[in-house]
Amino acid sequence: MMEGQIPVEEYSTGNTPHQWDVQRLKAAHKKLASYSYTKGSVERGYANRTLYVNVGTKEISEKPVSDQMKKLFTGGRGFGLKLIWESIQPTTRWDSEENELLITTGPLCGTTQYAGSGKSLCLSVSPSTNIICDCNVGGFFGPYLKFAGFDALEIQGKASEDVIVVIDGEKGTVTIETAPLEETDTHLLSEQLTEMYATEHTDKARQKVSVVSSGTAAEHSFWGCLNFSFYDIRRKVPRIKQAGRGGLGTVLRDKKIKALVVKVERFDGVSNHPADPVTLAKVGTKLHREIRDLDRYQCNMRTVGTGHLVEIMDAYDLLPTENYRFGSFPKASKIFSPHFYELFTKIIPDGCWHGCTMACAKTVDGYTVMTGPYKGEKVTVDGPEYETIGACANMSIWDPLWVLEFNFYCDTYGIDTISAGTATAFYMEMYEYGILNKERCNGLELCFGNADAALELLHRMAQGDHAEFIKVAGKGVRRVKDWIIKNQWGDPQLVNDAGMESKGLEFSEYVTKESLAMQGGYGLTLKGPQHDEAWLIFMDMVNNAIPTFEMKAEALHYFPMWRTWFGLNGLCKLPWNDIEPANNAETAEPSKVPEHVENYVAYQNAMTGWSVTKEDLILQSERCYNWQRAMNVWLGRGQRKDDWIPFRAMGPVTEMEYVSRKERYDTQLVDKLGLSKGEVETMTTKEKLTRLYAYRRNQYEKLADAVYYRRGWTPNGIPTPQKMKQLGFTEIKMLQMLQEKIDNDEQQGLNTWGGVYEKGEHPPTVKKRYWEQWK
Amino acid sequence: MSQPTTVKVLIFHAEKCTGCLDCEKACSQVHFKSKKGGELSAIRILKHNKDFAMHVCDQRGLCLDMCPVGALTRRKNGVVWLDKETCIGCQACVGFCPIGAMRKTDVRIEPFKCISCGSCVRACPTKALELVERNIEDIKQVVYHKQGA
Repeated sequence: MMEGQIPVEEYSTGNTPHQWDVQRLKAAHKKLASYSYTKGSVERGYANRTLYVNVGTKEISEKPVSDQMKKLFTGGRGFGLKLIWESIQPTTRWDSEENELLITTGPLCGTTQYAGSGKSLCLSVSPSTNIICDCNVGGFFGPYLKFAGFDALEIQGKASEDVIVVIDGEKGTVTIETAPLEETDTHLLSEQLTEMYATEHTDKARQKVSVVSSGTAAEHSFWGCLNFSFYDIRRKVPRIKQAGRGGLGTVLRDKKIKALVVKVERFDGVSNHPADPVTLAKVGTKLHREIRDLDRYQCNMRTVGTGHLVEIMDAYDLLPTENYRFGSFPKASKIFSPHFYELFTKIIPDGCWHGCTMACAKTVDGYTVMTGPYKGEKVTVDGPEYETIGACANMSIWDPLWVLEFNFYCDTYGIDTISAGTATAFYMEMYEYGILNKERCNGLELCFGNADAALELLHRMAQGDHAEFIKVAGKGVRRVKDWIIKNQWGDPQLVNDAGMESKGLEFSEYVTKESLAMQGGYGLTLKGPQHDEAWLIFMDMVNNAIPTFEMKAEALHYFPMWRTWFGLNGLCKLPWNDIEPANNAETAEPSKVPEHVENYVAYQNAMTGWSVTKEDLILQSERCYNWQRAMNVWLGRGQRKDDWIPFRAMGPVTEMEYVSRKERYDTQLVDKLGLSKGEVETMTTKEKLTRLYAYRRNQYEKLADAVYYRRGWTPNGIPTPQKMKQLGFTEIKMLQMLQEKIDNDEQQGLNTWGGVYEKGEHPPTVKKRYWEQWK
Repeated sequence: MSQPTTVKVLIFHAEKCTGCLDCEKACSQVHFKSKKGGELSAIRILKHNKDFAMHVCDQRGLCLDMCPVGALTRRKNGVVWLDKETCIGCQACVGFCPIGAMRKTDVRIEPFKCISCGSCVRACPTKALELVERNIEDIKQVVYHKQGA
């Protein structure tokens, strides 16, 4: 499709066509509950009500959105936090009857003029972590949910047989229906349901339907993702974006929900009814022009999406290879972005929501599947994105076609590519050491680079294979660590240090060994080690712009708050700093992209009619960020011990890693630890590792001290009632819970700093219970 | 479906223009039922020192591949056409038009553009405007899609 200007209806993917007997599938549906609602209009970004669906009791109802709720929680993920707080218990776990799955929108969600404005925010208690997991995902579901009438969808309960929930914005009805005959794997199911619920057999009608689904492997693993569809009128397939992290697809299937379907009657460029549509269009058009003129010189998002990062990460020793042992690899050039550029279909508006001209959602069309149940079928593969390519680098898979194979099956089976890749890489390392072997892996030869075996693991998970390894492997790194240690197959310290998880969630795909701030960006987080809170590696490691603990702590305050803001509004983070104004480097704070921050201030004001400042945006986030941390405390976690990260994230675990970067580490022993060159020369690698280990562990604790203090938390990482009151929260249940936890910590001696401070160094403050002075 | 191979585009004889702007007024009448011209006109006559210049869509069609909902098509007569019922107002075409000929006014969210209807040609008292036939292959421009600068 290189020539361009092909009429929409004439483009063909070359995929294997499917013929569905939709009438037969639909005839098998039994309506379990039906609810009619009055269609309304969205005003200044808000539908002003949320939808509650209990698939167990079959209750369907509406809840109003108050001005107070907007003030305290803004929208999107904030609304999700409020709704789930009111519905679950501190004892709620991922598979509890009362656990909820929330899909929320946010006041700016559904805007078409500003790139990256179609995100849905999903929340649930995660099977991996047993705390709140939040995901930010593209696709049409969120915007359509709002235009169908609701700012959020709140699902509770468990169905006794496979069901779908259908929100029909055309008729103003919500139904729970059994769906016994539909496929479960996404690439087929989303096609079936899109066809079934489209008002007419036209591509324009299909484009007004969006489906959320998971897949068969999500039923047997903690890595279940949610696939959000967006129908592509050129490719004529429902494409998908993933709410990948933390097993939200596992929760969906545990509730026996096969899919959620939303249909919108119509919408246009002002369906959000912004207070000032003229300003909004001007700000959005300015960004379109910036992308038009500068993307080709900056990130090349429009041509290769986030895959452009692979070569950059490899060059800076940040591309995880062989389970994060190394940050670059001789074979890495085989999966650099030009190889995927060759495979991607070009010249199609590839936004995952209308009007996103950053268009990073690339696909390979007509890809011939190489393994498993769909072998030989020609399909559209959505992606790969950087994280999926990085996950493959981690498994030492260097063939773009195998990257596509892994990508396709993870998606259709409903599996998070990040967790699956990071975990499999860990299993491969354990296999290399003989801690795991073919017998212990139920016949899988999980050597680094064995893509066939990695795919076979996915296929067997999808089949519900009951072999012990297959079952525990799908529960992720944390459970496999415990399993290996219980069986006494390996040195517990090596196992714990090498497996890349924190809080029970697998790390995303960056090597953080040389950036302390980024270690904090992964560890001192709400849901677990995901780079969406902060990405500070260049600022910290390459530019050395935040050398002190105080400066790192300030960055680990500002950036997580700033990035949280996108999720409160239904926005994507990429158009903030993956495109920058031409003069950005000359501004006072280039890392914040000041002109784009001003865009967002103007954008939120133009939508809502408020008059917020850039400081107010941070305040909006700080409220929700602290609320989520406090909820983690309430659920029994959210404290210093939960912010632990494995040593592989901090430095070399094995002698091989040390030796591979010997000069770097030897120099640090002299420069940072104060050893003499002579001493270093006489030390064994093991001794050097021990010294480095102790030093870097302590650096991390000192960082946690500084960050907790900056965020207004206790030394054990608990948000203080004083801080919560400053943020405007008065809810007694929450404030009391935090106070009781802090009092309990006091008795146990946990309200003390974690770092060991040498002479001349000091913790953030020496005052005991410093927070009690805060008004 | 057979695709058009030619399209009529506007050309401007600057030496004949008197700057009366009757063309703009005729154009805004077509698009907005208004005689105001200016911001409501798809054709603009701009004065540079003593000379006049025309600013209008030349039907190159770069915007066709930008539209996420298929509101932009090349019609049978080759003209690049925006169906405002289908348009969802994203401004991708406005932002990416290399010559700024896809226009947006404050009165509505959907943009508008020259449709080579000839109203301006007929309105021009000095015959400074003319519609001429061009081969689409000769004028076509495809949106930037190569990796790297």
